Amino acid sequence: MKASPYAFIAPFFIIFGAFSLVPLLYTAWYSLHNVQLSSLDTQTWAGLDNYKNLLSSDFFWNALKNTFTIGLISTVPQLMAAIGLAHLLNYRLRGSTVWRVVMLTPYATSVAAATLVFTLLYSWDGGMINWLLHFVGIDPINWRESDWGSQFAVSSIVIWRWTGYNALIYLAAMQAIPTDLYESAAIDGANRWEQFRHVTIPQLRPTILFTVVVSTIGATQLFGEPLLFGGVSGSKGGSEHQYQTLGLYMYDQGWIIGNLGKASAIAWSMFLILMIIAVINLLFTRRLRKSQ
Amino acid sequence: MGTSTRRSRRLMAVAAVAALATGLLAGCSKDSDSGSSNDGGGSGKGKTTLTIGTFGVFGYKQAGLYDEYMKLHPNISIKENVTTRTDVYWPKVLTRLQAGSGTDDVQAIEVGNITEAVQTQGSKFVDLGKDVDKSQWLDWKNAQATTKDGKLIGLGTDVGPMAICYRKDLFKKAGLEADRTKLAAQWKGDWAKYVDLGKEYMKKAPKGTKFVDSASSIYNAALGGASERYYDKSGNVIWDKSAGVKKAWDVAMSVATSNMSAKLKQFDKPWDQGYANASFATVACPAWMIGYIEQKSGDAGKGNWDVAAAPTASNWGGSFLGVPTAGKHQKEAIALAKWLTAPEQQAKVFAKQASFPSTPSAYANLKPAADTTAYFSDAPITQIFGDSAKTIPVQVFGIKDQPINTAITDVGILQVEQKGKSPSQGWDAATNEIKDVLGQ
Repeated sequence: MKASPYAFIAPFFIIFGAFSLVPLLYTAWYSLHNVQLSSLDTQTWAGLDNYKNLLSSDFFWNALKNTFTIGLISTVPQLMAAIGLAHLLNYRLRGSTVWRVVMLTPYATSVAAATLVFTLLYSWDGGMINWLLHFVGIDPINWRESDWGSQFAVSSIVIWRWTGYNALIYLAAMQAIPTDLYESAAIDGANRWEQFRHVTIPQLRPTILFTVVVSTIGATQLFGEPLLFGGVSGSKGGSEHQYQTLGLYMYDQGWIIGNLGKASAIAWSMFLILMIIAVINLLFTRRLRKSQ
Repeated sequence: MGTSTRRSRRLMAVAAVAALATGLLAGCSKDSDSGSSNDGGGSGKGKTTLTIGTFGVFGYKQAGLYDEYMKLHPNISIKENVTTRTDVYWPKVLTRLQAGSGTDDVQAIEVGNITEAVQTQGSKFVDLGKDVDKSQWLDWKNAQATTKDGKLIGLGTDVGPMAICYRKDLFKKAGLEADRTKLAAQWKGDWAKYVDLGKEYMKKAPKGTKFVDSASSIYNAALGGASERYYDKSGNVIWDKSAGVKKAWDVAMSVATSNMSAKLKQFDKPWDQGYANASFATVACPAWMIGYIEQKSGDAGKGNWDVAAAPTASNWGGSFLGVPTAGKHQKEAIALAKWLTAPEQQAKVFAKQASFPSTPSAYANLKPAADTTAYFSDAPITQIFGDSAKTIPVQVFGIKDQPINTAITDVGILQVEQKGKSPSQGWDAATNEIKDVLGQ
């Protein structure tokens, strides 16, 4: 009997079951009840009320919108910069290992440490960014309370942390591209830019798709950066919830306000949103494969 | 031979995996019994380890109280589990109380959470009423920790009587009176008078300074003196009709709309920097903030800070120590909580970091640390805070007191103060937020 393969994968499934599946199902159960953090044992059946409540709540739609816009302004520049960086690193460089390590450092920094530093940089009064802006004649910006400024600031933390990571993934994929493709392109008279567009990018397609999916999941769950950026009562995401993401809204409802039923409904909504994204992605990949 | 080694290898692997898995499972099922080294409950020769869960800076360790207690009781050792922020600490405690495991032997409860604890967790705490002489605490302090059926679930630690801490040097530069008794007389009875003085200050304010740190701090201070807050005595939400809230809101609005606020968020980094740079002249300071101001303002502030009585007697903050029924060493835990909250020990904490005792018998011989007195220009802080503590009205708290308060200060007031919204827009935003909090 071949038991060992099952034994080898069993730890994962046991842990997954205990720490992911059970909580997941329990959250679903909670989301159909009125549950307060202070009285977990008294759950009253609420049916779909929590979900209906969300759909009619401005706060929910606002959080969804913020998650989307912050996701967009953090993911798109980040992935484009990552490809550019990877392309540069793919040339023969002096001390290439050093550059690669340097690029990965932000990724190795903890969210808390990075956000703390960024919060100081973006400080309204005496922050370095406002100090630099005053040289070009721009009045100090209240980054935390401004609508677009706060989203930009939060995105910049995400970009700073993840660009290097994605660049390394791209770099690994680029090095797997056979050199004869470039050679034949060169023989056909393609310059560097054309080689990049017509050889590198198409060859990277599966990798790009992978990073897009991973970044999208990350963006949907964005939590630590905006929470810590907000400082005291950061779970509100600003006085007008201008950078309250779905993750923050869930945390605020569940742990600060103590409304666990509703928080669970938010959690499941996030899950459903991710499922929808996954399906779209699947269809997209299939079409891509067919067209090749 | 070959197959047999392979089989034995496979068996080894299976065994290893199984061992790993059971180890992990065992790790989950046996919830850490809050670090107690001796499950036998103090029997035998082993030491009993008591854990105490606190938040912020309680000052027990700093004042050497744990060491002192361990010296008095050689068979006890104490371990403090500190969480910095209450909004992280309390949800954790709530879930552990209800799970009946993982709680500390002694658990601190902040005044903003005490009503929730009394109304929903009453059965999870030991009734301390019969073990102590209740009369040593302020009546209102006991009342806050007493359940409907008369159980006392927490022993009062400190209270947060308010005063106004102000920078004498800035007041003088702005051409204002800087004497603490005269100032107190000027604004006595009404926070609006204090705001009026702020307007005077702003006319000749030293460059780069404002009168007050934030509008929210004045809101909290004014609300802390009102007997009516967000709930009435029978537990109904009345925040939108409450006279206390209305008054405090109006004061906060006149601060927010008259350019006298440094627009800082309390306990945020920039607020700390504001102390260091002397960027605001006054702050409504509960007793427990005294040590904080001293620390953050640093040497430059020494002798420049002074303390005057606040317009109205008012309370902000203060805590309790409770003993969860899930604890394994309840008897020892009760003894520890009792000892830590006794007047003598409260006086020692006051001497260390000016947390103000909730036991009036301690007031007669309270001595603040000598450097604290010098730092605050020899102000009679014991007397100022003591007078306030004795006349604070009994305040009724409710289950969602804290999230409601956050909605008003960090949504409503902040929008007016930092985003230039009108007071009515701020109020509407706070209203929506509170409706969301209450699930209305």
